[in-house]
Amino acid sequence: MTNSRSAQIFALLLLLPALLYVSVIVLYPLAETVKLSFTDAALKPSINWVGFANYHKIFANDFTAVILRTFVWTFFSVSCKMIIGIFAAVLLNAAVPGQTLFRILLMPPWVVPMAIGIFMWGWMYNGQFGMISGLLQNFGITSGPVAFLAYGSSAFWATIVTDVWIGIPIVTLYFLAAMQAIPKDLYEAAWADGAGRFYRFRRITLPMIVPTMITMSMLSLIFTFNSFDIIWILTRGGPSGETTTMIIDTYKTAIGSYKYGEGAARAVMICIFLSIFSFLYFKVVSKITAGGERT
Amino acid sequence: MKLKRAPVAMIDRYTWYEVVAIYAGIALVMFFLLAPFIEGFLVSLKPLSLLFSSPYSFWPKNGSFDAYFTMWTSVPMMGRYIFNSLFISTIVTIGVLLVVVPAAYAFARFEFPFRGQLLGAFLAINMFSGAVLLIPLFRLMRSLGVLNTYFAMIVPGIAFLIPTAIWLLRAYLLRIPRELEEAAWVDGASRIYILRRVVLPLAMPGIVVAAIATFIGSYAQQFIYALTFNSKTEFMPLPIGLFAYFGRQEVVWNELMAASFVGILPALIIIIFLQRYLVAGLTAGAVKQ
Repeated sequence: MTNSRSAQIFALLLLLPALLYVSVIVLYPLAETVKLSFTDAALKPSINWVGFANYHKIFANDFTAVILRTFVWTFFSVSCKMIIGIFAAVLLNAAVPGQTLFRILLMPPWVVPMAIGIFMWGWMYNGQFGMISGLLQNFGITSGPVAFLAYGSSAFWATIVTDVWIGIPIVTLYFLAAMQAIPKDLYEAAWADGAGRFYRFRRITLPMIVPTMITMSMLSLIFTFNSFDIIWILTRGGPSGETTTMIIDTYKTAIGSYKYGEGAARAVMICIFLSIFSFLYFKVVSKITAGGERT
Repeated sequence: MKLKRAPVAMIDRYTWYEVVAIYAGIALVMFFLLAPFIEGFLVSLKPLSLLFSSPYSFWPKNGSFDAYFTMWTSVPMMGRYIFNSLFISTIVTIGVLLVVVPAAYAFARFEFPFRGQLLGAFLAINMFSGAVLLIPLFRLMRSLGVLNTYFAMIVPGIAFLIPTAIWLLRAYLLRIPRELEEAAWVDGASRIYILRRVVLPLAMPGIVVAAIATFIGSYAQQFIYALTFNSKTEFMPLPIGLFAYFGRQEVVWNELMAASFVGILPALIIIIFLQRYLVAGLTAGAVKQ
């Protein structure tokens, strides 16, 4: 029924709408981006081929610094999400009353409109009236107001904190699911042999969730690398470019200053990095699955 | 998900300091996750004069729900923004389901050349979200003359929600036994008939999960396309409408926060009632049992 010739044709017909849709909205623009990156496309009607001129230009400017900044930003954000995610999953996996409530309370940052969560962070970071600056002053940690988004280095960390905040719920949920899939008898056997709680975590939980850790960090890497809303709403890449990641940089060039050709070249660079990440991801995932089937 | 076990297993017994440590840890995580909402809510209760007074005070003195009433007049389009957000998300969800239900069925049941690669390609769409495709999409929308319409915000939104929906629904379909379909096939039912009368009813719970996840995703992620492809106030979804308001020199913060809470409400209602199904559905495909 499902592998005859007519079945194959039927399957392709079923896939056709999705394939067509994705070709027009994703594949065609992707090819177009690559094409535009070799042109001087802008608001003017004519488009000329310029070879690698756009690439030469962006690398001659500050693009290397932007790449580096993007990697540092992404690295810290993903690491924090992983560490806090595992920590939170362990806590929510503990058999204490209130589990269901805590799992519901975990979700708001992820399900509410992202922009709205970010507005609230915008207020929190406000130097005059925000909670963080206010509490720091009340406890006498800082003497005056701290406007977190007004200085390059604090804005950099502030945007990371907000990104971590949005990412934690989903990371935690996946770790929690992975932990619940670990067979209970492993723990019971270890417990019967007198292994302590921390020992059981280190020798059973951690090794068993390594595949989830790897897949989650790769997925999180891809999503974090693409992070746009947080930085755009909080700082628009400022102050003085200190939070301009590759995505923000592309947006500013292409949509902000209408330099489509140059923007496309920046976008192509993002695609190259993302392709490397997802190539690694698929390699790692297929390796894990293959390893899992052998045992 | 939760197993009912009558007596607490010995292994799950904690000493009192372990219980204290667990709750302290949970409290810490919850504080981080919920602090912006708590602060936002308290801000929405504070009168504007108190808001801009120092020293900082956490609790709203003489707080009131005034902002929740005044915001409808100071953000006159507020109702329209909420409607736009819900409308866009609804159309996006319907669009996603229309292409994803047949595609997920094909991936779950049929064998055809390049099946694995095609599925991988669909999932890979997720990595190109956002700014990377914005330039050609912007030019495409402009040449089609659909900039500043609902259409321009709905169409790209659908594309980037397809992968997750295919993944969720395929995982669900894989768990439905094939026997019913095979029995119908032996009885001479056509493939279309089987899909409509056998598979769709059985897959309904999975379709509902995919629909909820898509709706929430669309509701939560309305930003970049709406920001770039639309500049007409009457079509703005809530996040963009509020963003325009947020960017002004004198932000009426208590009203902005009140408006934000009204905007959050639909998502919160969905989560409170449906979190169990959603979590089970989302994580089903990810972890091997």
